[in-house]
Amino acid sequence: MSDQQTITIDGREVPFTEGQTIMDAALAAEVYVPHLCHNPEFVPHGSCRLCVVKVNGRFQSACTAPAAAGQVIDNSSDEIMDMRRTLLQMLFVEGNHVCPACEKSGRCQLQALAYYTGMLSPHFTHFFPLRRIDASHPDVVLDFNRCILCELCVRASRDVDKKNVFGITGRGINAKLIVNAASGKLGDTGFSVEDKAFHVCPVGAILPKHKGFEVPIGERLYDQQPISVVGDVAAHDEENAHA
Amino acid sequence: MPEKIKVATASLAGCFGCHMSLLDIDERILDLVQVVDFDRTPITDIKKVGPCDVGIIEGGVANAENVEVLREFRHHCKILVAMGACATNGGIPAMRNQFTLEECLRESYVEGMGIENPMVPNDAEIPLLLNKVRPLHEVVKVDYFLPGCPPSADAIWTFLTELIQGKPIAFPYTQIHYD
Repeated sequence: MSDQQTITIDGREVPFTEGQTIMDAALAAEVYVPHLCHNPEFVPHGSCRLCVVKVNGRFQSACTAPAAAGQVIDNSSDEIMDMRRTLLQMLFVEGNHVCPACEKSGRCQLQALAYYTGMLSPHFTHFFPLRRIDASHPDVVLDFNRCILCELCVRASRDVDKKNVFGITGRGINAKLIVNAASGKLGDTGFSVEDKAFHVCPVGAILPKHKGFEVPIGERLYDQQPISVVGDVAAHDEENAHA
Repeated sequence: MPEKIKVATASLAGCFGCHMSLLDIDERILDLVQVVDFDRTPITDIKKVGPCDVGIIEGGVANAENVEVLREFRHHCKILVAMGACATNGGIPAMRNQFTLEECLRESYVEGMGIENPMVPNDAEIPLLLNKVRPLHEVVKVDYFLPGCPPSADAIWTFLTELIQGKPIAFPYTQIHYD
C-alpha cells in the first residue's frame, strides 16, 4: 500500500491498518493509553472506560473505537485525565481496596493508574460493600472485595482455557463475579495456576496462596516508574512464567 | 520576623504511624520550627485545638470522640489535611466495616481467644463506636489529602514546604503510594 493511513494522537501521527482499534494502533506505536479491562490478547471489552479519549471532539473508549483515517485524538488533556481519575475514584469507593493489606500492592494496575492520574483521594463516599473471600482452592485465593468486573478472567477462562470457570451475574451495582460450580466455590472447579485466567487479573482479586509480600517495597513493579513506562502487570507475569 | 504558621495535628482511628513518619523528617524539623508553631499535637501534648492555619489529621473516624475532635479541627483550622490511608479511605480500621458492631465487640471482648471476664465494656467514659469507620472527607470538608501507609517523611516534607511557600502541591512519582 502506498499511502499509509494515520490517526493523530496528541499531535503525533500514528499509523494504523484496517480493522485496528485506536488502542491497537496506539500500543503498536508505543503510545500509552491507560486501561484496565484491556489486554491485547483478548477481545476488547470496553467496560472500565479508563481508555477514554476524545476523538474529533467526542468521547470514545480507545479499545473499542475503530481507527479511521484523519481522526484527531486527545489522550492526555486535563479534561481527559480528570475524567479518568474520576472513574478510578468511583472504582475505589465501589469495592474494598485496602492497599496496605493487599499482597498485590505495588504491582496492581488499579493502584498504578491512580498514581499515574495523580489520584490523592477517593473523593466520593465509600460503599463499603459486604463481599466474600473464597479460599476454598488449594493454590488460589479469590478476594471479591477487589474485583473491578473487568472480565479478563472470564474471557481468559472461556476463550483460552476453555473452562468457563468465571462469569458475571447481575446488573448495574448488583453485578458481581461468580464461580461456575454448584457450590459457587473455586475449589470445586477445575481452575489451576497453569490457567491463563490465573495470570490476567489486573488487581488483587485472584492471588496465589503460600507466598506473599515476597518483593520488598521499593522494588515492586510500579514502585519506581509509572505504568505508562512499565506496562501492564499481566505482561510481566507472562515474562516471569516463561523465565 | 513574620508571624509563624500555626499547625495542629491529631491521631483519630490511626496507629500513630503517620506521626512517626512526620518525625522521620529528622533534623529538618529544626527548619520547620523556624516557620511553624505547633498548637495541639501529640508532640506538644496540648489538649485543645485553638485557631490554626493548618490542621493535619491522621486516622479515620471510628467513634463519637473522633467526630468531636475532627469537627473542632475543622472549625479552628483554615486548612485541613487528611494524612495517611486511614484518614483518606478508612484504611485498616475500616476493615471492620465488613462486620456488624456487635460481631466486632463479641469477637474482641466475649468470644475471642484468651479472654478472661468476658464482657463488652460499657462505661460512660468510653466514646461510643460508630457502626462504620469513615474517612475524614465523609464527615467534614477536607482541603488536602496525603495518601500512604504511612506517607513517607519525604512526601510529608514536600507537602509542608510547598504549602508553606504557597506553591501548588506536586509530588515526585515515588512519593505517592497507598501502602
